[in-house]
Amino acid sequence: MACTVEEKQRLQDIARELRLTIIDVTAWSGGAHVGGSLSIVELLTALYFKYLNVDPERPQWEDRDRFVLSKGHAAAALIPVLSKRGFIPEEELKTFNHFGSPFAMHPDSNKVTGCDASTGSLGHGLSIAAGMGLAARYLKKDYKTVCLMGDGECCEGSVWEAAMSIANFKLTNVITIVDRNRLMIDGFTEDVMALEPFAEKWHSFGFDVIEIDGHDFEQVCSALEKGWNATEKPVFILANTIKGKGVDFMENNVVWHYASADSALCEKAKASILNL
Amino acid sequence: MGEPKSLRVAYGEALVKVGEHNDKVVVLDADLSHATMTCLFAEKYPERFFNMGIAEQNLICAAAGMAYSGLTPFISTFALFGAGRAYEQIRNSISYTNADVKLGLSHSGLSVGEDGGSHQAVEDIALMRVLPGMTILVPCDPIEMEKAVFASLDIKGPVYIRVARPVCSCITKDNDPFIPGKPNVMREGTDIAIFATGLMVSEALEAADILKANGISAAVLNFHTIKPFDSEAALNWAKKTGAIITVEEHSIIGGLGSAAAEAIAEISNLRFDRIGIQDRFGQSGKPADLFQRYGLTAKDIAQRCTMLLSKGYSQSWL
Repeated sequence: MACTVEEKQRLQDIARELRLTIIDVTAWSGGAHVGGSLSIVELLTALYFKYLNVDPERPQWEDRDRFVLSKGHAAAALIPVLSKRGFIPEEELKTFNHFGSPFAMHPDSNKVTGCDASTGSLGHGLSIAAGMGLAARYLKKDYKTVCLMGDGECCEGSVWEAAMSIANFKLTNVITIVDRNRLMIDGFTEDVMALEPFAEKWHSFGFDVIEIDGHDFEQVCSALEKGWNATEKPVFILANTIKGKGVDFMENNVVWHYASADSALCEKAKASILNL
Repeated sequence: MGEPKSLRVAYGEALVKVGEHNDKVVVLDADLSHATMTCLFAEKYPERFFNMGIAEQNLICAAAGMAYSGLTPFISTFALFGAGRAYEQIRNSISYTNADVKLGLSHSGLSVGEDGGSHQAVEDIALMRVLPGMTILVPCDPIEMEKAVFASLDIKGPVYIRVARPVCSCITKDNDPFIPGKPNVMREGTDIAIFATGLMVSEALEAADILKANGISAAVLNFHTIKPFDSEAALNWAKKTGAIITVEEHSIIGGLGSAAAEAIAEISNLRFDRIGIQDRFGQSGKPADLFQRYGLTAKDIAQRCTMLLSKGYSQSWL
């Protein structure tokens, strides 16, 4: 079993706290990509609190596992998780998006401690991860690189260039995840630019495709475990998620792709999270 | 005097030498290794050569990922596909992050020749110049190419090395200095200063000979570095001679001519002209024919210098 009952409880508790912090960050920042941040909370929690071998005391430790948030607009989720993991003092999150703050709408690895790549321009992350995987192999290092992309992001042709190269070089040290929340800015992916048959696409590119419920810790952990132990084919995790997950009135509604939050909205959102 | 050699061959050979000194140097190409001459490195160091296929966006960002992991990647493809097609990847994943990636992009300028206008990057310097932190080196001969490759390693951060295709003679010497950011005075002169870069330096030297025969003393400066641009040198020579002409195998917009114009605009009564590609695309042909058609030969340069210095000068002939 990839995740014990106690562990699941522990991860769920962390995930709940992270969701509350994402709502706070949405308020402090004056506006954030809240929907796509809430959809990746379980994925980030499992990565940072169970799988990624990272050390807040040595953020640039050369043997650490790498994480590339290719959907960089979800910095409102990444930066709170880095804070919770001990890379960033929690108090500093209040400066999010403010002039002079290290934290902006998109993460900057030269400013954010613990962040491995500056992202936000979509379609860059998987290539960066491929480069990290090739570097690890050449340098004879065991670290893994995990890349988390958005599903809408996969419209970018460069994603498929990267996919081809990961399969070509048999980079089993790179784990690719897509947050399949089915919404992009202008609507449902299948209405704007159809991605289906999505799993088949990745399979045909040479990946071992694992489809999961991205909010179920047992499934998330089991998929990541397979990714960590891959030897033949690189693993692709198709994580089916709900945009805005945990806040009932935000779930699966495109208007919450990006939003600001006043105190009344914060209260309402937090009440919903605590009832989850 | 070194032997005549294509700048791309000089680049490929320099990479092999750099590889001997530094095992963190890796090379990436996009299915053009026999044109960019990174094949020489691939042959010597197959474990650190990565052919990324015809996929320039991935080429650039994968190199960025390697740089974030402690390696020093040299990337090669044609200038048009690297600087042009993958511009935003260079902008955000290399320049914005100040990644230690060296872009040795080949087949730049008109001198690509028969590949034609679709493949001749006459705008690459302009594209790279607007990126903060990007160093731009344009070597003029095989000797300078090797120096540029080694110098790029000492610069922490991105460096663009403009590589040309044709075979060219050596016009510099092994012991000439190569300090990024400092142009070399190739010829002293008092009436006019010719600022040249890349393959145009040898044309400028020849132009100075023609001018000398006609009683005009022309200085020739080799601007092997376009960025950071040595504004001080440009200003000094503008004040010294009162006439500046720039020559480049690049659009007159955004390259050496623009950099010089920005630096010396404040000087009044300066005679100034830019020789380059006049806001148009290239076309197929032998480099020598193209240089003639686009007004980039020594004769053209000498003529433009003479016109610039003539009493009733105006640019109406354009």
